[in-house]
Amino acid sequence: MSKNLRITNSKFIDQTSRISFKFDGKTLYGFKGDTLASALLANDIHLVGRSFKYHRPRGIMACGPEEPNAIVQVGNDASMTEPNTRATEIELYEGLEASSQNCWPSVNFDIGAVNNFFSPLIPAAFYYKTFMWPANFWKLYEYFIRRSAGLGKSPTEPDKDIYDHKYLHCDVLVVGGGISGIIAAKTAAKNNSNTVLIDDKNILGGTTLFQENECFKINNSYSNEWLKKEIKSLKSLKSLTIKTRTSLAAYHSYNYLLARENLTDHLDINEKKDKIRQRLWKIRAKKVIIATGSMERPLIFNNNDRPGIMLSSSIKKYIDYYGVKCGQKVSLFTNNDSAYETAISLNNSGVNINSVIDIRDKTNSSIVKQAEKLGIKIHWKSTIVNTNGYKKINSIEIMQLSDDGTAVVGKKIKEECDCLGISGGWTPRVHLFTQSGGKLNFRDEDNVFLPGKSELDQISIGSCNGDFELDEIIKNTANTINKFLKVNNNDYENLKIISSKEIDKKNIWLLPSDKPLGKTKPFLDFQNDSTANDVKLALREGFKSIEHVKRYTTTGMATDQGKLSNMHALGIIAETAGVKMGELGTTTFRPPYTPLTFGAIVGRNVGEFFDITRKTPMHDWHIENKAEFENVGQWKRAWYYPIENENMHEAVQRESKAARDSAGILDASTLGKIDIQGSDASEFLNRVYTNAWSKLEIGKCRYGLMLNEDGMVYDDGVTTRLSENHYLMTTTTGGAANVLSKLEDYLQTEWPELDVYLTSVTDHYGTVSICGPNSKKILSKVIPDLDLSDKEFPHMSFKNALIDNIRCRIMRISFTGEHSYEINIQSSYAKSVWEKCFEAGKEFKITPYGTETMHLLRAEKGFIIAGQDTDGTMTPVDLQMDWIISKKKYDFIGKRSLYRSDTIREDRKQLVGLLTDDPKEILEEGAQIVAETNKQPIEMLGHVTSSYFSPNLNKSIALAVVKNGKKLKGQKLFVPMKNKTINVTITDTVFLDKENKRLNA
Amino acid sequence: MFLINCPYCGERDQSEFSAGGEAHILRPKQPTELSDDQWAEYLFMRKNIKGVQFERWNHAHGCRKWFNMIRDTSNDKIHAVYKMGEKPPLK
Repeated sequence: MSKNLRITNSKFIDQTSRISFKFDGKTLYGFKGDTLASALLANDIHLVGRSFKYHRPRGIMACGPEEPNAIVQVGNDASMTEPNTRATEIELYEGLEASSQNCWPSVNFDIGAVNNFFSPLIPAAFYYKTFMWPANFWKLYEYFIRRSAGLGKSPTEPDKDIYDHKYLHCDVLVVGGGISGIIAAKTAAKNNSNTVLIDDKNILGGTTLFQENECFKINNSYSNEWLKKEIKSLKSLKSLTIKTRTSLAAYHSYNYLLARENLTDHLDINEKKDKIRQRLWKIRAKKVIIATGSMERPLIFNNNDRPGIMLSSSIKKYIDYYGVKCGQKVSLFTNNDSAYETAISLNNSGVNINSVIDIRDKTNSSIVKQAEKLGIKIHWKSTIVNTNGYKKINSIEIMQLSDDGTAVVGKKIKEECDCLGISGGWTPRVHLFTQSGGKLNFRDEDNVFLPGKSELDQISIGSCNGDFELDEIIKNTANTINKFLKVNNNDYENLKIISSKEIDKKNIWLLPSDKPLGKTKPFLDFQNDSTANDVKLALREGFKSIEHVKRYTTTGMATDQGKLSNMHALGIIAETAGVKMGELGTTTFRPPYTPLTFGAIVGRNVGEFFDITRKTPMHDWHIENKAEFENVGQWKRAWYYPIENENMHEAVQRESKAARDSAGILDASTLGKIDIQGSDASEFLNRVYTNAWSKLEIGKCRYGLMLNEDGMVYDDGVTTRLSENHYLMTTTTGGAANVLSKLEDYLQTEWPELDVYLTSVTDHYGTVSICGPNSKKILSKVIPDLDLSDKEFPHMSFKNALIDNIRCRIMRISFTGEHSYEINIQSSYAKSVWEKCFEAGKEFKITPYGTETMHLLRAEKGFIIAGQDTDGTMTPVDLQMDWIISKKKYDFIGKRSLYRSDTIREDRKQLVGLLTDDPKEILEEGAQIVAETNKQPIEMLGHVTSSYFSPNLNKSIALAVVKNGKKLKGQKLFVPMKNKTINVTITDTVFLDKENKRLNA
Repeated sequence: MFLINCPYCGERDQSEFSAGGEAHILRPKQPTELSDDQWAEYLFMRKNIKGVQFERWNHAHGCRKWFNMIRDTSNDKIHAVYKMGEKPPLK
């Protein structure tokens, strides 16, 4: 462990500031600028996890978001721990604690690894195939499968961090701060476009930033030196905003993009506190430039997953950027030129290169020649047939490829190594382009999918657009951007660029071995542990579509979404099935590009900010009087007011009795209120309600039922005619917004000729409802000069009045069946009026009651609640409310549907009353109703919609919908419950005061 | 997420709007004259085209006005928006 793997001349790591961190409980050290991955590698730790299915040891493989193996659990606090984070993307900070996932008891000794020995028995879809039978054993299987599955651990307590959302509008958004993104951003910003450049790293420059090689020069400087000057001049541009540590998550239509900015993830643990952790940017850009670069592909060969096997370009970044040697004796395996850049970098940093194994016959590009000149040994036309070493690679076995590349020939050479770099070519990161709806084209020459047609104002540049050579990248980017932005920037025209050119290309998706395919383990998807053999098995079993093969084998379905594995899976499928890759297509790329935390998604909308909370003007009074609250839509409504140790049932029984015996007071402010004005207001009401409105006198109120066009009850409420052309409509609490929107719809689209204006006034008025035999006396104390006689102020009428000189509207309407008044007053005065009524009612023991008592009282009277006793399948006839359907009106919303063949059926479910044989037995709402209990299957006749124990009747009552219920009055039916069957009798829906005497009591 | 050009307010984010189904379906003036089948045709039958479609939209969290939109459902391209009662600018 004391090996020194850190070289001293790294320019990007601050080797003067040491950082301590913990991995799997052990304290280790790294430097400022490290990622967790580079710090682990510097400590000679490659083994960081176990694979998902076979629990094979796995090591760090990459250096960016495509990392499949090094996914770790960060933090151990129950509220802050975060699973499945990529060690390659975690910036090292003081106090970081991380641990391996998917292993027990430890990454070095993992019991699940026994799966690896049984791996021939665990093919693709093993779980689907094995645990199908016997079916009732699933419960047992599931327990074990769930325990053995899963990667990290979710936090168990709420996240304490702060997250944020912010909008951003710009002319040009450049995604990716590599060389092409920098050229694009500079061109745009110099043209005074409001430009935003984002990059997921903490520093701009991409891979060119550490490309210091004789083969890549611009104007006689190394490419990295040239780029550094570009970055410096970029930062002085005023119309440019640069956001680093910002990862683009999603690219939606109309250039709407989401990006996650990490604000504190890189800070020391004691500096993070009280700061916003991540911000989700909601970006709307006029033009989008995608410069997301490309990722190196692995190669698919036997046992290609051992710790120490890494992407060649990542080894290069670890040595050139982080100053970390991934090994002391490195072999490289490639099908293209880029591994030679790695070889030269390693050689220049004093690392031994065993050899480069190249599947190509021979090539003479300048970079290869340079490697040869340095004395680096090259095995041409060769492949690796096997690797050895359990927890870390220790040797490779090399053989010659046959001429057609399908087999190996000759003698096997064994080469010892402690690290193997692999390079299978490059895959453009076209994820964002396809997320935005763009179509891909396939380029056969180097097997890449490239951006094709797009409907949006966007362009892809650089290697994500298939330009891989330095001179092409610069020239094509400059030209493309000039055209795209319609500018003429000639900064990049006369550059003298030296760039090694790749001459020979060769690709074998699945490299041959000396062993038969069934005896090898060529991994495709490292995180989900699927091999080339699994994909071939799926094809043999008849799967053809790429989407099906993906799901059957789970290739590309892990947290890395197959960034490294998908191309090879496609290649192998195309090859095996004998189709062209361009025709096969790809699986769908879906956002987010890398996993997003839930915190970033919800932002500030947590806890009480999750949804809007609407409170009535009397809310504080309810709290002072110990009300329990019920959520009704967004409203908080007083549910009941327990006294001392009362439970809900006891409180509701007391409140219900008091309201009928003397007086009750209810906060009805939440009912929807719509102000309707205009010369056609009466006609409008005629069309939207089932009953007639033209003859309603000024000052009178009427109950109305509103249907949908399909004839089903939609909402109900009382509407008052305030003056000739002025009505006040009330709706249910939950239906208010929808009713207004429905009425507006008809008014604007079907009947634009009507002179009607609708205004929501729900929040403008508070409503105090007083009911009970003493309500009249109480109101006369509050408004002494108002004539409350039945003659002057009868049931279903309204009066304007003054309370303490404040204008209010009094409606004499009743939802309880009692003599009752509703006072509507400007919201700001509603609480004081409520208190005034309460004071005035004290001598009558006025009792505040909540929604539960209100529901009970109306059920005693058989009044429906739209949405509780109706469910969108009930017509007024089903509700036995035929009386409310006007026979005279030519049309109203839903009228025609009331005599469709289905709505006139007599055996529809109809609203009835139910009484239990045992008056103490309370039915459960939602309980099913049947006619016989012996037969199976039992025919369901209907269900209970409302059920209460009525203290005023001293028995249990219920409303229910029952098939053909109207004709079944008096019939005995059954309500089967879990442990018993309850006998019930169908009755009328009105249980109390059928003659409506109490209204005028 | 669309950018919708409300005919009354101008360009606004899609989150301010709600979609209201197929456009240009007139409520019959004399529903009582219609057979069950004719009424059902008006009531239930809606197109769901892959391609260019005429739709109703409401600027629900804005001016509350309903308007029509011509949209290609295959790529979400909005070809035109126009006020209620106006003739579609495209066929």
